Amino acid sequence: MTRDTADDGDAGDATGGERDGGSETRASPGVPEAGRDEQPSIFVPDEGEVPEGAAGGDRGASDRAATDGGVESASGGSDSTELDPDAYDPVDVFPGGDLDLREGADSCYKCTSCDTSCPVAEVDDEFPGPKFQGPEQWRLKRKDDHDIDESITSCSNCMRCDDACPSSVPLSQMHNEARGQFVEEQMEKLSVEYVRNRILANYRTSARLASIVPRTASLAMNFGPVRWAMEKTLGIPKERDFPEFATETFREWWEARGGAQVENPDKRVAYFHGCYSNYNTPEVGKAMVSVYEHFGYEVMVPPQKCSGTPMFANGMLKDARRHAETNVESLIEAIGEGADVIASCTSCSMSLRQEYPELFDIHGIEDVSEHTYEALEYLRINEDLEGELADTELADERAFAYHAPCHARNQGLSRQAVETFRDVDGVTMEDVGDSCSGISGTYGWKEEKYEKSMEIGEEMFEHMEDAEGDVGMTECPTCAMQMEHGTGYEIKHPLQLLDETVGA
Amino acid sequence: MAIDSDVLVVGGGLAAITAAIAASREGADVRLVSHKSSTLRQASGLIDALGYVPATEPATPLREGPPTAGRELDRDEWPDPEGPLADPFEAVDRLPETHPYRIVGADALREGLDLFDELAGDAYRGGHTDRNALLPTFGGSVKPTARYPAAAEAGLASDDRPALIVGFRSLTEYDARAFAGRLEAAGVPFDAAGAEVEFAEAFRADAKVTRLAKALDHDEDIDGVPAREALAKAVAPHLHDVVDEAGGVDRVERVGFPAFLGDDAGDEVRAELADRLGADVFEIPMGPPSLPGLRLEDRLFDALDAEGVRFETGNPVVGVETEADGRVETVAVDRKGRETPYGADAFVLATGGLVGKGLDSDRDGVREPVFDLHVGQPDDRYEWFVDDAFGDQPYARFGVRPDERGRPLDGDGEAQYANVFAAGGVVGGADVAREKSASGVSLATGLVAGRQAATEATQ
Repeated sequence: MTRDTADDGDAGDATGGERDGGSETRASPGVPEAGRDEQPSIFVPDEGEVPEGAAGGDRGASDRAATDGGVESASGGSDSTELDPDAYDPVDVFPGGDLDLREGADSCYKCTSCDTSCPVAEVDDEFPGPKFQGPEQWRLKRKDDHDIDESITSCSNCMRCDDACPSSVPLSQMHNEARGQFVEEQMEKLSVEYVRNRILANYRTSARLASIVPRTASLAMNFGPVRWAMEKTLGIPKERDFPEFATETFREWWEARGGAQVENPDKRVAYFHGCYSNYNTPEVGKAMVSVYEHFGYEVMVPPQKCSGTPMFANGMLKDARRHAETNVESLIEAIGEGADVIASCTSCSMSLRQEYPELFDIHGIEDVSEHTYEALEYLRINEDLEGELADTELADERAFAYHAPCHARNQGLSRQAVETFRDVDGVTMEDVGDSCSGISGTYGWKEEKYEKSMEIGEEMFEHMEDAEGDVGMTECPTCAMQMEHGTGYEIKHPLQLLDETVGA
Repeated sequence: MAIDSDVLVVGGGLAAITAAIAASREGADVRLVSHKSSTLRQASGLIDALGYVPATEPATPLREGPPTAGRELDRDEWPDPEGPLADPFEAVDRLPETHPYRIVGADALREGLDLFDELAGDAYRGGHTDRNALLPTFGGSVKPTARYPAAAEAGLASDDRPALIVGFRSLTEYDARAFAGRLEAAGVPFDAAGAEVEFAEAFRADAKVTRLAKALDHDEDIDGVPAREALAKAVAPHLHDVVDEAGGVDRVERVGFPAFLGDDAGDEVRAELADRLGADVFEIPMGPPSLPGLRLEDRLFDALDAEGVRFETGNPVVGVETEADGRVETVAVDRKGRETPYGADAFVLATGGLVGKGLDSDRDGVREPVFDLHVGQPDDRYEWFVDDAFGDQPYARFGVRPDERGRPLDGDGEAQYANVFAAGGVVGGADVAREKSASGVSLATGLVAGRQAATEATQ
């Protein structure tokens, strides 16, 4: 257990105390549902709180530890002489219900499907793979004196292992937790790596500052000597081009246009634009607004901060929690006004839907999770998009090489763009395969990972070049950077094409 | 508003893909929904049909009282299964009446294999004959199988050319010398030797097989030597390791590797190694993680795409809405906490068995969790198993019981829903591990379920 909050005192009973009677929420041997209501959040770093020790059965568990270093069993374990074989089921010896990730770790039967699906393990033989980073490391951590292995920082948080696991082990949740603990307790806070990662993770902060003087910033950030210095001092690879900052952010545009042009209390969406379509590609946000207004939706643009995706990937869970508090608060308000939340970036929607309730215990966070959708997904569910597109035709024929982001894959969205545009005359869209682009948010932005990142991406680059189209398409802004970096193609978001199509 | 299609297939393995393509070819608009990445990546890549007919009665009557697995009491004893079978089709009649092959018929198996041959194209062999092939598996046993990857072809156990089996110290689950020893003990008609070579040492001790495959795919430099050349050089000194009965030594004509010889560029890697070694090169299918399984998954999902089937993975089906007349109208897909209805005129359930989690079990019972279909089982859980681990375990045959159209039956023998069909591991009645019939059952029942679902949906 890693929880330690004042308002949830009985969490301690599960580990340190005696549990009387069989637990109502007895662990079922079926598929555990990661991060849902019955499983409280893992990381609760209230400011000023001393970070907890090794995640294992802490608080008094040291003198009560079971022989495996884990939690002592509720009914005395197999050493108990009082055990009545007729009165208990073997599954009852572990306290059930609110016991953190044991059930997930126990569900792992070591098939190594996760390792096979890991794009980093495929190019980096120093990386021991998700099976180690997840359930195995989780078990090791039960020992108080056991450090988190540094290799956790090589996990790019693509979350493919979640999708590959036939046993629904909450791998990415375990990785996020271990990485958070590593950064919090073992990482040198004055190290270049920490500072660099903190800057990368807090992209929103840099982007906000840069947007004050967008032209100068775009120029300066890509100015040769500056980049050389950045690589030398911060470990940010000079090969990469920094994205250009928009001269007018999405929010500035939204304000200038006077907000929503359609009012409709029955069809409302709250747009989570994320950092990138606000500061760098407002055209994606504008396309979203145009498409949704076409379908009669009232678009709301609530105040928001970073979704947390780059922070999770860098183990900066405190930063992520701070931003999450703002996001949840303002999105809950929009939901209260009848809106569903939609995101144009698949990592943002992934974060709000899955990582938020897995990692944080914030009032309303489950509601946000359940009301969040990716923008195209939402239209496909709620509108007759097929009917709408059946008669449309793009005047000039165009072909696209589509790459499905890993985080789209985990939400069941990896095929939606291809399927949506399949029947539109004038559009050819080719799926360039299921490989990872290799950039994984901030992973490819680290000097020591740059080459691995490009090696992972190589398959995608090749398939893009084989594809008929010479315009790339993807939902994820960092995948788009990598696609552009590897092929020189222009990259579009499906919403931009949809806007052109329904507007045609 | 629901996401609609004519036929909705639930599952992502061989049975689901077969059903989806079969339905699509009947003119239905098909969507496939799979909770997780396809379990094909855990499969050996061999397509078995029927290798053995196991006994369903013990040699001596079962002991009175509950089974006692693992305790020091008399075990029940079971006769050896019949086989390995030369011809899977002629043995179908000797299977129990409740076996899926008896229900859908041997022709369904034949047509299922035909469809597979078409989808797999030149990547697979064995379609030229009804007869089983015998292939070495990585445990050193020989498995009867109906189809096998072209990459495994030179390893056929019926081939009498001497073989060198290559192993790597870092691949601990795969011991080449023990493997060769077991093969010879199994009575294969050729001499074999195992050799552990240094190649994988250049990688971290627990480097993933996908790492090795990728290095060979891209022919990466290993300490300054291209990977394929480095591997060939490591193997070359062992080409004369095989000693025949007379003590004579011949240069081997074929060399077997664990199945990691490239992923995308597997054919190229194998050809180059064969060229450098002057011997045929073959892969020995392994347990998961399985490159042959991954390659098959890629190929079959490409086939789905080409067929126009829509598919998605990542979200489970968690509930069902029925109409008043007992037909299923929609299923609920749990999209990260929010249930979204998916409507169809007919549904195919192909979620796998106990291992694939299409069947859920605890100490109270075994259930089918998606449609809550009837799964016949003894009330007393001590009757779910017998003492002999290799006996006819009742739980191995648990699953839904279909009618001849593939519709699961309720406890009274009536189709539970008029428009729900089942295929693959979720179908009971077969003991696929002992029969070596898992792929064949998936192909046969997938074909029938897919066609019938399309008929139901489009009539």
